[in-house]
Amino acid sequence: MKMHALDRALLLGMSLLAAFQVSIGIEGLSTLPIISYTIGFGVLLVAGLLLIILGFEALEAPIVVIISTVIPLSLSVGLVWQNLPGVRSVYLILAAIGFLAVLLTRSLGAPPRLAVLTVALVHGIAGMIIFLLPILLRARGAAGSAYLLVSAGGALIGAGGLLLSFLRMGVPILPRKTLLRGMPILLLLTTALFVAGFRFGSA
Amino acid sequence: MSLTVLNASILQLGPGIRARVRLYWPLIKALQTGLLLSTGLAGYMSARCPIFNVGTVLGVTASLFLAISGSTVLNMWWDRDIDARMARTRKRPTSSGAVSGTEVLRLGLALSVLGVGMAVAMDALYGLVVFAGLFFDVVVYSMWLKRRTCWSILWGGVAGAMPILAGRVLGIGRFDWVGICMALGILFWIPTHTLTFSMKYAKDYHNAGVPTFPSTYGLAFTRQTIAVSSVLAAIMMVFAAYGIGMAWGFLRLLGVLSAGLLGLAFATTFRPTERVNFGLFKYASIYMLAAMILVMIEVA
Repeated sequence: MKMHALDRALLLGMSLLAAFQVSIGIEGLSTLPIISYTIGFGVLLVAGLLLIILGFEALEAPIVVIISTVIPLSLSVGLVWQNLPGVRSVYLILAAIGFLAVLLTRSLGAPPRLAVLTVALVHGIAGMIIFLLPILLRARGAAGSAYLLVSAGGALIGAGGLLLSFLRMGVPILPRKTLLRGMPILLLLTTALFVAGFRFGSA
Repeated sequence: MSLTVLNASILQLGPGIRARVRLYWPLIKALQTGLLLSTGLAGYMSARCPIFNVGTVLGVTASLFLAISGSTVLNMWWDRDIDARMARTRKRPTSSGAVSGTEVLRLGLALSVLGVGMAVAMDALYGLVVFAGLFFDVVVYSMWLKRRTCWSILWGGVAGAMPILAGRVLGIGRFDWVGICMALGILFWIPTHTLTFSMKYAKDYHNAGVPTFPSTYGLAFTRQTIAVSSVLAAIMMVFAAYGIGMAWGFLRLLGVLSAGLLGLAFATTFRPTERVNFGLFKYASIYMLAAMILVMIEVA
């Protein structure tokens, strides 16, 4: 499917926002959140550039399912490490196991149902954390209202990642054309929500 | 000469000049020249010298633009016969006959002499490095080696590394390890760029009788070379960025962009497709431009 100039402009905007977040937006955090967010926004940045260069066909690559899992996993690890000190080590281990599970089921030719289930589970849990944790923090007064934008970003990227993964695995929830046409704006909006949420909502 | 006659002459001259400029513009490969010019400016700014000295910045810009354009025009003049045999370059003004060989040679020499002369006038060592770039590009790469060995690209790479080294040398007044790392970063980046290009247009180069890595060593070895040179380019750029004292945030960003370059290089090696190969070619250009912009932003 042909990529239009507007799609490229939206993806460039997304890449620039992700670059801003990697270089400036996460300054002052502790080491692990910096690493996690650098991975999450770094993947968004490089993915945006590759989509601009290679077009929507880049999304056909088998590695897309694995890469699209890295984004919610790394962002959720950063959020948990920052805000839930009691469970952060446990969640880090769980996230690593989740990533390995997706990697192995996708690369070792596991039964399709198992592969779908693994991706759905890992995306689902990571997406839920990104969605719910900022709401919880806001309710406790530990974060500003703008932190809820991170929740909105989490909901969007969770939905987008799942839709894309299911498409890649041959069980599309939305028609391919519809999903691809909406992908640039979804990615830009998601990144903008994350960047704004982190910048203006952190306590 | 009356004023009316003079005005008429100027009006006649106007379209003529515009037509010449339109013919000459493709001869300087504006994108490639712009990218190399940006490396030279980044090299100069990396020295954290007073970059807002407008005169010097304009001098660096003008001298490098003229010297790089001059060497590109001279290359086109020298290669006009092989360009005419390649589909990709057949329509260039030099190979299509739109501009005569003598005219192109004069233009190339004029631009080169002006560029190097201006560089020498600014600083002798800077001028020497700019001249070295022109010499390696025109004499060693194009005239001597390009039609003899596929390893000519190494010397093309050395030539391409000279603008950033020249800028750095002008900024600090001597050679240093940071400047060498920056130059090596460009040197190792150029194979990523040119080898990917030579794979895409392998048939063209074969028709023109120009030896390339794919025709000499095969596609697999070429892809491995691209992967190794990408790794080395990324390492050198990160070393150089660290050496100029780049802030951690920008270093992280450079690391992310480098990881993208490495990922594509390995994809080219282990899961090669034409699309991925050309993606690497384009990404490599974006990577280098972004690295140069980061250096400039960092010190601005």
